[in-house]
Amino acid sequence: MKQQLFKKLQQIAEQNLLDIEVHKKKGEHVVGFYCLYAPTELAVAANAIVLPLCGTRQAPIEAAEERLPRNLCPLIKSSYGFAVTDTCPFFRFSDMIVADTTCDGKKKMFELMSDIKPVHVLQLPQNQDFNISLEPWKNEIEKLRTVLETLTDKKITQEKISLAIALLNNERKTKKRLMDVTKAKPSPLTGMELVEILFKTGFFADKQKGIDLMNEIADLCLQLIEKKESPYTTETPRILLTGVPIGLGSDKVVKIIEQSGANVVAFENCSGYKQTFQVNEEKDPMLALSEQYLSIPCSVMSPNQGRIDLLKEMISEFSIDGVVDLTWQACHTYNIESYHIQKLVQESFGLPFLHLETDYSESDTEQLRVRIEAFLEMT
Amino acid sequence: MISAGIDIGSRSIECVIFEDESMKETRKTDTGFDPIGQAKQLIKGLRFDTIFATGYGRNLFELENDAATITEIKAHARGAVYFFPGAMTVLDIGGQDSKVIKLNESGKVIRFEMNDRCAAGTGKFLEIMAKNLGFSIDTFGEQALKAKKDLNISSMCTVFAESEVTSLVAKGENPNEIARGLHMAVVRRAASMLRRVSPEGPVVFTGGVANNIGIVQLLGQEIDREILIPEKPEMNGAAGAALLAMEKERKER
Ligand code: SF4
Ligand code: SF4
Repeated sequence: MKQQLFKKLQQIAEQNLLDIEVHKKKGEHVVGFYCLYAPTELAVAANAIVLPLCGTRQAPIEAAEERLPRNLCPLIKSSYGFAVTDTCPFFRFSDMIVADTTCDGKKKMFELMSDIKPVHVLQLPQNQDFNISLEPWKNEIEKLRTVLETLTDKKITQEKISLAIALLNNERKTKKRLMDVTKAKPSPLTGMELVEILFKTGFFADKQKGIDLMNEIADLCLQLIEKKESPYTTETPRILLTGVPIGLGSDKVVKIIEQSGANVVAFENCSGYKQTFQVNEEKDPMLALSEQYLSIPCSVMSPNQGRIDLLKEMISEFSIDGVVDLTWQACHTYNIESYHIQKLVQESFGLPFLHLETDYSESDTEQLRVRIEAFLEMT
Repeated sequence: MISAGIDIGSRSIECVIFEDESMKETRKTDTGFDPIGQAKQLIKGLRFDTIFATGYGRNLFELENDAATITEIKAHARGAVYFFPGAMTVLDIGGQDSKVIKLNESGKVIRFEMNDRCAAGTGKFLEIMAKNLGFSIDTFGEQALKAKKDLNISSMCTVFAESEVTSLVAKGENPNEIARGLHMAVVRRAASMLRRVSPEGPVVFTGGVANNIGIVQLLGQEIDREILIPEKPEMNGAAGAALLAMEKERKER
C-alpha cells in the first residue's frame, strides 16, 4: 500500500511540472520563495503559484563557488548554484523571487541573484518584540502586496487575502496532521519517507491537490497504525532532528541515523514542524499575517525563545529518546544557538544530545556515522 | 570465557585478548593500505569465544567476519572503567583523531566530542613535527621537557605549523623550545576539549600519545587535574571492545 502511494506521489510530482507550465501559458504568475518568513498568502491571493526554492543538493555548489566563498553555508551555495546554472525547473518557472534579510550569507547572496532574476527583498527585523518590530515588518508586507499587484496586474483585496489565509491554514493543518502520525509508537513512517513526502508535496500548482494527497497519506498511515504495521518496534530509539532545513539531497544525516537503527520521528526545522503554525483568521488579515510570520522561531532572531518552547512541546509529544541538532557548515546562528539547545535537552530532559556540523557533500559520512552510532549507544 | 577486541584505526590496529576479567595478550600492527587483510593477519592463530570490532574499520570487519561492532567512544569508555574503576573522564589521543568522553557514575557515556577532521592535535601531528625537527618520535616528549622557556606556536593546522616551525628554525630558535611549543599546541587543544565536555575530576588518558611524557606532564600542568594512564594506553579501545564482547556473550548465555 505504502509503495503504491509513493509511486503516486512521484507521478503527481512529475505531472505537477507540466501543470505549472500549463498555468504559465495561461498567463498566471509564479513566485519563488527561499524562506519561511515570506507570507506566501499574498502571492496566492494574487492567483500566483508559489514555489519553495531552497537549494538542497550538492550538484550546483561547485558552480556557485565561482562567485561565492567556499566557506559559506551549503544551502546558500546550492540555492545560488541552481540559479546560475539554470538547472532547477522551479527557479526557471519563477517570474519573481521573494527573499528576506535573514542571515548575512543569504541576504548578500540575493544581491548576486538579482542579476539573474527580479528579486524582491523583505527587510526582516531580527527581533520579535512586537513593540519594536511589528510596525516596520508590517510595512514590508504592505510593500510586498504592492509589488505582487504590479507583477500580476491584479488587485489583492482583503477578501482574497482572507481566502488565501484560510487555504494555507488548511494546508499547514494538514501538514501537521501528516507529521503527527509519527507520534505513534512505533511510527508507521521512516524519517526518510516523511522527508520525501514533505518535499514532494511542497511544489503543487494547485494547493488543494497537495492538501488532498497529504490527507490521503495521513489516512493510510492511520490505518497502518491501527494494523500495527511499522518498519520499527517499540524499542527503536525515537530521534528528534532540530536545526537547519533539510530536503531531498540534504538528508544524509537522517539517512545515517536510520541506517544505524533509529527512527527520526520529528523535525523541528523549516522543512518540518516550523511550518505548522496557524494565522489568526479573526483579525485584520494583513496584521494577522505580519504577527504570525514575525513569530517564526528561526535562529536569525535574537532572542529566539520560540524554538525552545517548540522543542519542549515536541520532545514530550513525540516521546523522544534523543535529539540531534544539525548545523550547516558556516551557519553561525544555528551553530551558536546549539549551546542553548544542548542545555535544554540535557538539563531539562536528561536526554542524549548530539550537535553535528556538516555540509551537503558525502565526504564526511564515516565521521558522521561514528558520532551518530555513539550517540545512539547513549539512548 | 575468552573474548577478543579489535580496534581498527586509520593508522594502526590493536587486538586484545581477555580471559574472563584479565588481559592475556595484546597485539598491534600498522593499518597500511589493506586494513581488513592486516586485521585478519593480526588475529591469526588467536582463539576466542567472541569478538567485537571498533574503530573506523569496524563495519568492514563486521561484514567479513560476522563480528559485532561498537563505536570507539563506547569502547574507550569501557576500557577506561576497567583500568580505573569509577573513571568519569576519558581523553583519547590516537594517531589520527582525538576525543573526550564524559561518563556518569555507572560508566555510561553521557557526552563526547571528537576531532577527526584533520591531523591537528593528534599523534600524526607530533610525528610529522618530530621528523621536521630531526627528533625521534620516541624521545620527542623528553626533548620538549628540556626547554627552558615557552615558545608559542599558534598554528594548529599541520600544514601551517610546518611552515611556522621552518621559520622558527631559520630564526635560530632552540629545537627543544620549538618542540615544547608544538607539544603545548596539542595540550591546549586537548585541554579546551576537556573543559567543554568534562571539566572536573581525574582524567584517564589513553591512545598512543599518552606514551609521550612531554604531553602528559605539560597537560597535567595545564589542566591541574590528576592524569591516569593505563599500562598500554594504545590498547584501551581494543580492551574495552573485548570486555563488551564478553559482557554481551554472558548475557546471552
Ligand atoms: S532556517 Fe530561518 S532563514 Fe532558513 S529558511 Fe528557515 S526561517 Fe528562513
Ligand atoms: S542554514 Fe544558517 S547560514 Fe544557511 S541559510 Fe539558513 S540561517 Fe543562513
